[in-house]
Amino acid sequence: MKNKTTMSRESKRKLNGIYSMAIASIFSIVVFAYLPKVSGDVTYSFVLDKEWVLIQQWVIDSRVGAYGFSALSVLFTALAYYLFRKGKKHGIAIFGFSIGFFMAFLCWASAGDFVPFTGLLQGGLILAVPLIYGSLAGLVCERSGVINIAIEGQLLGSAFVAGVVGSLLQNAWYGLLVAPFAGALISVLLAVFAIKYRIDQVILGFVINVLVIGLTSFAAQRFLREDSEKWNESPILQPINIPILYKLPIIGPMFFSQTIIIYLLYVIIIVTQIALFKSKWGLRMRSVGELPVAAESVGIDVNKVRFRNVIIAGAIAGFGGAYFTVGSVGAFSREMTAGMGFIALAALIFGRWTPLGALSAALVFGFADQLRSVLSIAGTPIPSAFMMMVPYIATIIAVSGFVGRVRAPAADGIPYQRGGSH
Amino acid sequence: MSLELRGITKQFGSLVANDDINFKVEAGEIHAILGENGAGKSTLMNIVYGLLAPDKGQILVDGQEIKIKSPLDALAAGIGMVHQHFMLIPVFTVAENIVLGHEKTNRAGLLDLATAREEIIRVSKEFNFEVDPDALIEDLPVGIQQRVEIIRALIYNSKILILDEPTAVLTPQETDELLANMKKLRDSGRSIVFITHKLREVKAVADRISIIRRGKVVGTVQPSASQEEMASLMVGRPVDLTVNKADGKPGKTILEMVDLNVLDTTGRALASKINLTVSAGEVVAVAGVQGNGQSELAEAIVGLREHLTGSIKLSGNELIGRSVDECLKAGIAYVPESRELDGLISSFSITENLILDTHGEAPYSKGIFYKPAMAHQVALERIKEFDIRAQSANDPASSLSGGNKQKVVLARELSRPVELVVVCQPTRGLDVGSIEFVHQRLISERDSGRAVLLFSTELDEVFALADRIAIMYRGEIIAIVPATASREEVGLYMAGIRTATAKGGAA
Ligand SMILES: Nc1ncnc2c1ncn2[C@@H]1O[C@H](COP(=O)(O)OP(=O)(O)O)[C@@H](O)[C@H]1O
Ligand SMILES: [Mg+2]
Repeated sequence: MKNKTTMSRESKRKLNGIYSMAIASIFSIVVFAYLPKVSGDVTYSFVLDKEWVLIQQWVIDSRVGAYGFSALSVLFTALAYYLFRKGKKHGIAIFGFSIGFFMAFLCWASAGDFVPFTGLLQGGLILAVPLIYGSLAGLVCERSGVINIAIEGQLLGSAFVAGVVGSLLQNAWYGLLVAPFAGALISVLLAVFAIKYRIDQVILGFVINVLVIGLTSFAAQRFLREDSEKWNESPILQPINIPILYKLPIIGPMFFSQTIIIYLLYVIIIVTQIALFKSKWGLRMRSVGELPVAAESVGIDVNKVRFRNVIIAGAIAGFGGAYFTVGSVGAFSREMTAGMGFIALAALIFGRWTPLGALSAALVFGFADQLRSVLSIAGTPIPSAFMMMVPYIATIIAVSGFVGRVRAPAADGIPYQRGGSH
Repeated sequence: MSLELRGITKQFGSLVANDDINFKVEAGEIHAILGENGAGKSTLMNIVYGLLAPDKGQILVDGQEIKIKSPLDALAAGIGMVHQHFMLIPVFTVAENIVLGHEKTNRAGLLDLATAREEIIRVSKEFNFEVDPDALIEDLPVGIQQRVEIIRALIYNSKILILDEPTAVLTPQETDELLANMKKLRDSGRSIVFITHKLREVKAVADRISIIRRGKVVGTVQPSASQEEMASLMVGRPVDLTVNKADGKPGKTILEMVDLNVLDTTGRALASKINLTVSAGEVVAVAGVQGNGQSELAEAIVGLREHLTGSIKLSGNELIGRSVDECLKAGIAYVPESRELDGLISSFSITENLILDTHGEAPYSKGIFYKPAMAHQVALERIKEFDIRAQSANDPASSLSGGNKQKVVLARELSRPVELVVVCQPTRGLDVGSIEFVHQRLISERDSGRAVLLFSTELDEVFALADRIAIMYRGEIIAIVPATASREEVGLYMAGIRTATAKGGAA
C-alpha cells in the first residue's frame, strides 16, 4: 500500500511540475513576446577567446526571438507530458524547456543590447564554484547527520588563510594547499561541539559564522591593512588550458580554460556522486545520517563516522574558500563571501541532498547572479534585486514540495548518544 | 552454542532495569523470556548484544566468559539480534542493509553487492523467505522487514539468535509463520532467545520459559505450565485471565456509519466505504493490523478528522461537521490510543485530569468560579471506584504507572452521561492486573446498556470482549463476523484475504 501511494504522489508532483511548465510557457509568450511595445535587435556574441569559431555573432529581433524560444518551451512541455504519459523519464524535456524559457527571457530582457553569451556562461560557472564547493561540504556533513550552517564561516576562514599564506610566501599554490586545513579546523569546532557536546547544531553553526566573521574582519582591519603588501597581496592561480578541449566552441573557454580549483571541483563532484551511493564510505555516511542506532547495531562507530565526515566537509569547503582569494582576486577583504555559504545551503536543499542536484542548483544560482550583473550593465526592465532573490525563491519552492519529494536525511541535526535512544 | 548470563545488573539513574539476572540458554533450545512492558527484557538483550554496557555481571558463551563492548563483539561471538524496533535503514535496499558494517569492496573501491545478493537469495530459499535483495526497506511490509533482519543474522552466521518482541508487529498468520521458522532455526542447531509478553506464543514454541518481573528473574517454567501460572509470575499475584461475560443483549442502534470515507488533506482515502453500526448493550471490536485505518476511523467518529464524506449518526443525529467538543457532548466517551499524548495532560494533577472536560460546569464551577473542594471530593470518589493507585489526588498524572493513567482516562470519560464508548488500544502497555480491570469495566459498561466500540490490534483482547468483530484492511472493513468466528478466519481477514472460510485451515 505504502509503495502505491508514494508512487502516485510522486507522479502527482511530476504532473504539477509539467503544469507549471505549461503556465510558464504561456507566461513567456504573453510577457516576453506579446506584451512588449517596442522590440529591438539582440546581438549575441559567442566568441570569448582563442577558441575555434563556430559562429561569431547572432542578431535577432527581440520579439521574434521571444516568440521562437517560447514556442520551443511549449514544444518541450508537450514532450514532457508525452513522456510522462508513456511512463518515461522526462528530464531532457525539462532541460529543453528551461533553455527555451531562459532564452525567451533573455531576448526580452536585452532588447537592443549586446549579450556576450559565452561570457555569461563562463561567468555563471565561476560564480557557481564556491557555491558548489559549499554545497558539497554541506552535503557530506548533513548526509552524516550533522547540520552545517557554518559553510559561510568555513568558506570565509579558509579564504582568509589561503590569502594570507599565499601572500606571505608569495605563492598561490601554498595558499591553495593550506585552505582545506583551515576549513577542516573550523569543522573540528563544529564536530566537537555538535557531536561530543551535542550543542544545538543550528545555533552552533551561526555562532561559528559570527566567530569567523569577527576574527577575520578584525585581522583584516588590524594586520592586512597595515602592511598589505606583505599580508594581503597574494598572487593568484593562473588558468590552465586543457589541450584541444579548450578550443571547443562555447564550452571550451567555459569548462577547460580554468584554474586548478575548478578542475579539482570536477573531480570532487564525480567522486562524491559515485562514492555517496556506491562506496563503503558513502553507505556508512548515509546510514549514520538516516538511522544511527541501526548503524551502531551492526558495529559502526556512529560518532567516529560523523566526526570524520564533518572534517572532510570542512576540507571541501576550504577549497571553495581558497577560490575567493588565491583563485580569483588575490587579496582578502572583510566578509568577502557575502552570504555565499547560505546560498550553498539553499543549493543543497534545492538539489535534494545529492551531489548532482546540488551542482545543478548551484549552477542555476550562479547563472542567475551572472545574468543579474550582465543585465544591470545593459539596463533592463527588471530590478536586479529580483534576480538576487532567485536562489531563495527557488529554495522555498523546493522545500514546499511542489517540484518533487525533498527529504532531508532523517537523523540530520540529531546528536547520537550510545544506548540513549530507547 | 549456549549463552549464560551471570549477575547482570543495569541501572538507569535510580531505576534498576536489570537486577542481578542469571539465566542460561542451552544450545539448540528456544528459551522464552516473558515479562510485562517495562520489565527490563529489552535492556537485558541490548546488554547481551553490546548496545548497552552492564553495571555488573558476566556473559558466557559456551562456558567461556566474553567481553561484549559493542555489537561487533557480539556478532563476532555468534550472537545475532532481531530488534524490537527494526535496525534497518528505510531508504536502503535489502542488500545495502545487509552489507552495512561488513562491506566488501571490489578492486575499484566500490561496494560489492553481488555477493550479498547471492547470499540473500540462498538464505531466502532455505527458509522460504522470498525477499528481493534490491527492494527498498521502506517499501516492504513489516513482516518482510523482519525477515530481512533474520536473514542478516543468518548471513553473519549467528548461532545464538535474540528475537525481541518479534510478533508485536505481525498479523496472526505472519506470527504463525515466524513461530514455524523459529522451530526450523532451532532444529538447525541454533539457540534462540524469544522475548515476548504474549503467553499463547510462548506456549506454542518455547522449550523453557524464564519470567522477568521488575528487572528480576522470578522463575523458570516449562511450557506445560498453565497460562494463569505464568501470568501470576509476571504480575506477582494471582490473576484471572478469562473475562467473565454473559451474552450481550443488543438494544437500539446507537452509532450508525453509512458509506463513510475519511480522507487526508490531499484527498487520499485513509478509511473508505465504512458501513458499521453499534447497538446499545453491545461490544463491537474493530480488529486489524496496526495502520490499516483504524485510528483514522476512531478519530473521525469523535470529530478529530476534517475531510469526511458519508454519514456518522449517533442516535439519529448527524455528527459530521461537528467539533470534537460537540461530538463528545453529544454522548461519546473517548479513550484515545496514546493516553500520554492525547488522553492526559501529564503535568496536571490527577484531580484536574479527572475533570478536564467538565471543569467549567456544575458542580465544579459556578459562574466564573472554580470550586476546588468539590473537584477534590469527586476525584476521591473516582479514584476509589476505578481503583487508581496514587499517593495523592494532587500528584501530577505523570507520576502514575501506565495502568493507572489509563484508569484516570476511563474514569473521566465513563463518568459522563454517554451513550457510546469509543476505546482505542485500551490495554496497550498495561500490566496484566490493569488489563483485567479495564476489560471487566468495559463489559459492565456494555451490560449497563452503553454501546462500546473497541479498536484493538490484539486478537486476544478482541475475542475476550467483542460481540461482533469488524476487520479493517487497507482502510476498508473487509468483513464483520460474530465473536464465535475462529481465530484463523479473523487472522486471514487481517491479512487481507477475503475468502477466509475457504482457506481457514491453511495456516
Ligand atoms: N535508555 C534508557 N534510559 C532510561 N531508562 C530506560 C532506558 N531504557 C529503558 N529504560 C527503562 O527501563 C525499564 C525497562 O525497559 P525495557 O528493557 O525496554 O523493558 P521491556 O523491554 O521489558 O518492555 C523501563 O522502565 C524503561 O523505561
Ligand atoms: Mg522491550
